[in-house]
Amino acid sequence: MASKRGRMAQEVNAGSMADIAFLLLIFFLVTTTIASDKGIMNILPPKQDPNQPPPEVELNERNIFNILINANDDLLIEGEFRNDLNGLSDEIKRFILNFGNPDEDAIALFNSLPPSLKGLADQSPESSDHPMSGGAVISIKTNRGTSYETYLEVLDLVKKAYFEIYGERVGLTGEEYRTLSGQTPAEKELMDRGKENIPMAISIAEPDKTGS
Amino acid sequence: MSKFKKKTKADTNIPTSALPDIIFMLLFFFMVTTVLREQTILVEQKIPQATQLQKIQKKTLISYLYIGKPKNTSLYGSEPRLQANDVLINTSDLVLWVNQQKDNLSEAERDQIWISLKADRDVKMGPISDIQFELREADARKLMYASVNKVEN
Repeated sequence: MASKRGRMAQEVNAGSMADIAFLLLIFFLVTTTIASDKGIMNILPPKQDPNQPPPEVELNERNIFNILINANDDLLIEGEFRNDLNGLSDEIKRFILNFGNPDEDAIALFNSLPPSLKGLADQSPESSDHPMSGGAVISIKTNRGTSYETYLEVLDLVKKAYFEIYGERVGLTGEEYRTLSGQTPAEKELMDRGKENIPMAISIAEPDKTGS
Repeated sequence: MSKFKKKTKADTNIPTSALPDIIFMLLFFFMVTTVLREQTILVEQKIPQATQLQKIQKKTLISYLYIGKPKNTSLYGSEPRLQANDVLINTSDLVLWVNQQKDNLSEAERDQIWISLKADRDVKMGPISDIQFELREADARKLMYASVNKVEN
């Protein structure tokens, strides 16, 4: 008798297992928010010492690409009123790559550029001296009333210009360069080679207080 | 003829005995990827769109700041407010908050902290620049403007 009962209760009914799993699955499907940790990176300048006046940096006017955004989100780019941002990225690229007044290092840099970038590199004396440190700076100045969205849009385009230059130097598209993670030595080497001697010089000025 | 008849009689049942296993596999995937939100967001969050997005590899280094119009306008007003952790804070408390966040990290990683600024798209640059000023004071200079990928139309 005992042995018979034991044999009968051997198997657990697993037919509803799928239903239970489904229920749990639906719960997790609904509660999941796949966290998106993406954004535009920016490194802020170091803090100012109140006892020391900000260092006076001698920069020629021609070495600064001025972007002004006012409280109405109107744009003034290099002294010229603009309604839209079409072509801004290409203009910035040309500005960065201009060799108006190169020194020896900058000439060496010019010779190391791939032909596609050499084609973009003008030698206009009115534009920036060279792409190296202290040569070409993109300045973004906003007003306190400027919308964050417009500011980010402009910053986005400036970043795009830089990433395209970096990418092209190592034979990638701007998109591919941007997604390099730098975790393997090979990727790190590519990243370093891309930005070598062309620092990302984006200056974000303190916003104006008027008209906010 | 009889040969054809035999074929139509073939077993048409799909074996479903492996179904629970498949479901369990999906279940485990979602269980692992789920991040249960431990904070309630008190401000409006319409994240702006951008194209040049980058990703931070080490998620433990990121601290989040939310800024936008409060959802509960009768209690907190309609001006953009800053939220850190679970509470709305003033911009002047930001240095303290950054230092608390830094304390949560290990000694070696303390200066590598990233601040992810999740700002609503309707916020003006005024509050944003105040935050940036305070972050510079707190020496947390790595800032990420959180944004979502722009859909090309």
